[in-house]
Amino acid sequence: MTASLSLGPVPGAALGRINPVAQLGAMAVVTLVLLTSLDVVTPAVVVAAELCLLPAAGLTDLRDLWRRTWPLALGAGSVGVVNVLLSDEATLVTGVGLGLRVVGLALPGVLLVATTDPVRLADALTIHWRVSTRFAFGALAALRLVPLLVAEFESVRLARRTRGVEAGRNPVARARLLAGIAFTLLVGAVRRGSRLATAMDARGFDSGVPRTNARGSRLHRRDAAFVAGAVVVCGVAVTLSVLTGAWSPIFVG
Amino acid sequence: MTTTSGSRSSHPPIRADAVPARVVARGLGVRHPSRRAWAVSGVDLVVEPGERILLTGASGAGKSTLLAALAGILDAEGTEVAGELAVDGAAPRAARSRLGLLAQDPDSQLVMTRAGDDVAFGLENAGLPPEEIWPRVDEALAAVGFPYGRDRPTQALSGGEKQRLVLAGALARRPGLLLLDEPTAQLDPGGAALVRAAVARSTADRSATVVVVDHDAQPWLPLVDRVVEVVPDGLVEHPPGWQPAPRAAGLTLPAAADGPVLLAARAAGFTYRGSPVPALAPTTTVLRAGRALAVTGPNGSGKSTLALLLAGLRAPTSGRVVASAALTGTVRNGADEPHRWRAGELVSRIGTVFQHPEQQFLTGRLRDELALGPLRSGEQAAAARATADALLERLGLTAFADANPFTLSGGQQRRLSVATALATAPRVLVLDEPTFGQDTGTWRELVTLLAEQRAAGCAVAVVTHDVDLVDVLADDRLSPAQP
Repeated sequence: MTASLSLGPVPGAALGRINPVAQLGAMAVVTLVLLTSLDVVTPAVVVAAELCLLPAAGLTDLRDLWRRTWPLALGAGSVGVVNVLLSDEATLVTGVGLGLRVVGLALPGVLLVATTDPVRLADALTIHWRVSTRFAFGALAALRLVPLLVAEFESVRLARRTRGVEAGRNPVARARLLAGIAFTLLVGAVRRGSRLATAMDARGFDSGVPRTNARGSRLHRRDAAFVAGAVVVCGVAVTLSVLTGAWSPIFVG
Repeated sequence: MTTTSGSRSSHPPIRADAVPARVVARGLGVRHPSRRAWAVSGVDLVVEPGERILLTGASGAGKSTLLAALAGILDAEGTEVAGELAVDGAAPRAARSRLGLLAQDPDSQLVMTRAGDDVAFGLENAGLPPEEIWPRVDEALAAVGFPYGRDRPTQALSGGEKQRLVLAGALARRPGLLLLDEPTAQLDPGGAALVRAAVARSTADRSATVVVVDHDAQPWLPLVDRVVEVVPDGLVEHPPGWQPAPRAAGLTLPAAADGPVLLAARAAGFTYRGSPVPALAPTTTVLRAGRALAVTGPNGSGKSTLALLLAGLRAPTSGRVVASAALTGTVRNGADEPHRWRAGELVSRIGTVFQHPEQQFLTGRLRDELALGPLRSGEQAAAARATADALLERLGLTAFADANPFTLSGGQQRRLSVATALATAPRVLVLDEPTFGQDTGTWRELVTLLAEQRAAGCAVAVVTHDVDLVDVLADDRLSPAQP
């Protein structure tokens, strides 16, 4: 119906050549460093480096970028503002630092989603990290049902209007209506989920035979280089932070 | 891409090493948990290897239960099974690796994001080495006439293309027994024909035994060797050359009347926000009291969008949809465009029936469901209840008055959703594919119900692919221009 939620991978992005597990590895490095530092310099350097990767992820169109990241921008902004307003000691700089941390933590996820076919992610996880195929491909199948849910939300809302039910401007009625729609969607999702499980069962999924993988998933030198790059960026960030005197790791307080 | 169009037109015998299965049922009965009646009983059936048979019967006769038993996917807990059932001498559950299944819903059978990967899925599960997988994937895609390459995103496929892809995924595993559960019930006529052709072509070498379940027998007749009908206490085998009675045979409907215009679309069009192409090109039409309008045409021409505009559910992005003074009556804001009416006002003026009935159900009991519309439009509780009871009686659903609408069969749900629209006595009825997947009994009831509303001065608009429905009911026809 609508194409507004086609937020899947951008075809042909250079970053897509990096194996998903290497991207997850780099993400782990960045997460570790950002969670343990409380200053503004460290996240600023990390975010700057992440922004440089946007073109490689094919995210050069500002409108597309905004569609993918507006919840993130909103979250980061409110984390910063709330901390500045509610804390006695927090200054503007701390607020900015906290906001940047949220961005720095979430952008790698945006990059991963923008460059990776979920099937490749499942392949990489099951082959390199021995994640159970039952879990990885089960989750993959469930993921396919999400866009259907979005389309269905709209038709269930319209269906309620045909029955004389709508919220108007009353916020309580609106919340109740949303809860009702959510319930209808849930019932539908459970039914569809069990049909999908039957279909997978009928194609021998999780039948006890060791599963092969037709696409495979290879790790190259560039994948190691990518993780090393993340380590270097984090090293530079921490070094700059220490040199400028801004460094304040979480465990020192 | 290794497949070329040349190798597709002269595809090799796809399942050279496949051996068709033999199915034997003796005195088979199945009773679902917490039900008193047996869903099927007294089933005696032998399907020889390589045979193609059709299991038909009215909805609720137990066809789907029988198929679930064959597929070994009956809910094990609490389900009672009598007699015996064997696929190649083994219990169906144990013979699952020899099974291929194509079910009804195109959206809940695909796992992967790309077509080739999806066909490969079943082969990976079977533990086949990767180098053997891709040739089989290409063969299977060719055998079902899949029109795209392996890299085609599954999201971009039409319903019929998805069904052919699922069929390819089943065939690639070289099943001995292929089970098809109403595989075309949710498709438009063109898509359905292509799926049947794909089944015929890909099983022509008889390397799989095929069991089709469908209440609509006619289109499968050229393809199957035998037709078996599921009846309450067993099976009846129809003789060769059997033809089902035409759905509309002997149906006499009250005639149309010619009344005033109630609702008019004036160059009404619709474009989704951010979409470069309109979903509905500007369309002009009128709905008259006492007449039925059939909106037909291929998928993608905006038929369903037109229904949403006429039903006052969406505002046209160009042109107008205008209600006459007779239909509008007194609404609070005085607007003559249905999309600007409040829901409580809309429900007593325009009744709408969606393609999927369950999306419109809001309560936990049939009686409450039918009373809801009248209550919402301002009727007193006692009057609403009386309306509900009269409709239950009328539809033969009184026994289910306290049942949950979600527990009804597909045909019963469809009748209920039409009844909920009638409960508020609207002067305009808009229905989207009301006869999709309905058996002959429900079909005749629905058509009669709609014709009665028409004779009573209702304006009826149906969006449909159903040629029979258009034949018996339509007074006016409209095909929206391709946008």
